Amino acid sequence: MNDVLIFAESQNGVLKKTTFEVVTFGRKIADAVGGQCHALVLGTVNNPGDLGKYGAHAIHHADNKGYDSFDGRDFSAALSIAAEKLGASTIVVPHSANGRTILGRLAIRLNAGSVSGANGIKTADSGLSFTKGVFSGKAKASLQLLSEKKVISLMGNSIPVEEIGSNVKVQSIELPAPQNRVLVVEKQTVEGTVPLPEAELVVSAGRGMKGPENWNIIEELANSLGATTACSRPVADTGWRPHHEHVGQTGVAIRPNLYIAIGISGAIQHLAGVNNSKVMVVINKDPEAPFFKAADYGVCADLFDVVPRLTEAINKFRAAQN
Amino acid sequence: MKILVCISRTPETTAKISFSADGKSFDGSGVSFIMNPYDEWYALVRAVELKEKHGGTVTVIHVGTAESDTVIRKALAIGADDAVRIDAEARDAFFVANQIGHFAKDQAFDAILLGKETIDYNGNEVGAMVAELLDLPYISYASSLQVDDGTATIKRDIEGGVEVVKVSGAFVLSAAKGLAEQRIPNMRGIMMAKRKPLQVLDPIDVDQQVTVEGFSLPDEKSAVKMVDPENMDELVRLLHEEAKVI
Repeated sequence: MNDVLIFAESQNGVLKKTTFEVVTFGRKIADAVGGQCHALVLGTVNNPGDLGKYGAHAIHHADNKGYDSFDGRDFSAALSIAAEKLGASTIVVPHSANGRTILGRLAIRLNAGSVSGANGIKTADSGLSFTKGVFSGKAKASLQLLSEKKVISLMGNSIPVEEIGSNVKVQSIELPAPQNRVLVVEKQTVEGTVPLPEAELVVSAGRGMKGPENWNIIEELANSLGATTACSRPVADTGWRPHHEHVGQTGVAIRPNLYIAIGISGAIQHLAGVNNSKVMVVINKDPEAPFFKAADYGVCADLFDVVPRLTEAINKFRAAQN
Repeated sequence: MKILVCISRTPETTAKISFSADGKSFDGSGVSFIMNPYDEWYALVRAVELKEKHGGTVTVIHVGTAESDTVIRKALAIGADDAVRIDAEARDAFFVANQIGHFAKDQAFDAILLGKETIDYNGNEVGAMVAELLDLPYISYASSLQVDDGTATIKRDIEGGVEVVKVSGAFVLSAAKGLAEQRIPNMRGIMMAKRKPLQVLDPIDVDQQVTVEGFSLPDEKSAVKMVDPENMDELVRLLHEEAKVI
């Protein structure tokens, strides 16, 4: 009963990057407790066998179209039934919009202790414990689960994906048919860019941009880096940018490797959503902007002057690398 | 519609965070507490709007001690009709959800609303747990909710966009920004809130599943390194060679 089951989440048939992180994390737990790491794939998904490379010992696929639209009730039922069949006592899901919808349901179904948004694991003689951010990024907590069964959601970009496994054959698994009580009528997502919570590089801009018509310089910088664009709350509230780009306490919380904040003063509510970024660069013409205190690198200058030159410098660097 | 709104009490958004000497609990001394903003601004206000449109009642439920009564009175002042307080420390999500599930199971609520997360422990767990306890559909991160003839149409935030879903019958929903606009209670609401019923109930027993080993504050950030605006090649070099992020 030391086995681990992970939920291999996909989007439009493609396994998500966070899923590979979850497999690697699940494998590490399995290795720590001497068990196997199983992956459960639900619905129409391309190349589920890729999960082996990142650490799954076994891959189980319930190829039922009923799972192509998301209902947390069906997904948590599938995971808990599969866990029982496979003898897994720990379940790991991504801390995505859907993963978070599943986690609490699993805790109840399995009478399990849960850690929501874990970002690391610690092994000690007393057992495993998990770390997570609390108080909107202003503190950290270390939690131990007392229950026999454990459910964990893993925060995106918390651990690097590792190729610690090998090719594994995909097996099919019989699960009760999903009921689809929640009917998905429409899905509007941006195509062609990495969604913000999964992005490793983020270029974000605020009111200092003066208007939506000036965003081309932000997009050009993001393109040069292969980064995803984001914005501060006032920018989303005034409709300069779409709501889903808003990062901060009331928007999306992110933890990219690089966060470049342009023309954002750095109010505490904004920092709450981004202060887990590994490296922060702040570009602001106001030397008193509070964001400089939180930043790793700062450039105090007019953004309209400096951003195009940063784009140029990055393009030059990329060209030299190739 | 008969609506239940779950409200939580949290330190205010700009509170300085500190912990007890053993690092195992939050030190609330000198901190002012508020209703969790997602519960108040979005879940509660949308519930009150739905009541104003369709008729019905809005009940708020809170798990906490008598210290929370000011937060509960505020919810009544904003427009809830009555309140229930489960008289216990809100130990963790599993405990809170079981209290709410136990209260709600025979009450036939049409909708149970709560904020997408609390701003202290950031769990986003209670909604899903309550939904599972009551075997109801759960829709998370809702930024829009319309109800017509027993069918709810909900927009929910997903990675990089939105999803529109429909659900018939009772449901549990977690509220994100956009679901409603914050309402400031007026004098009439505040006066009426004093006379609205607040029922205090004993908690049920729930197993403890999680223990906190310790809280800690993030490591001090080293001072910002300022880069000459005339030399963006230097910034690129630092990001590549020193920070190793590009």
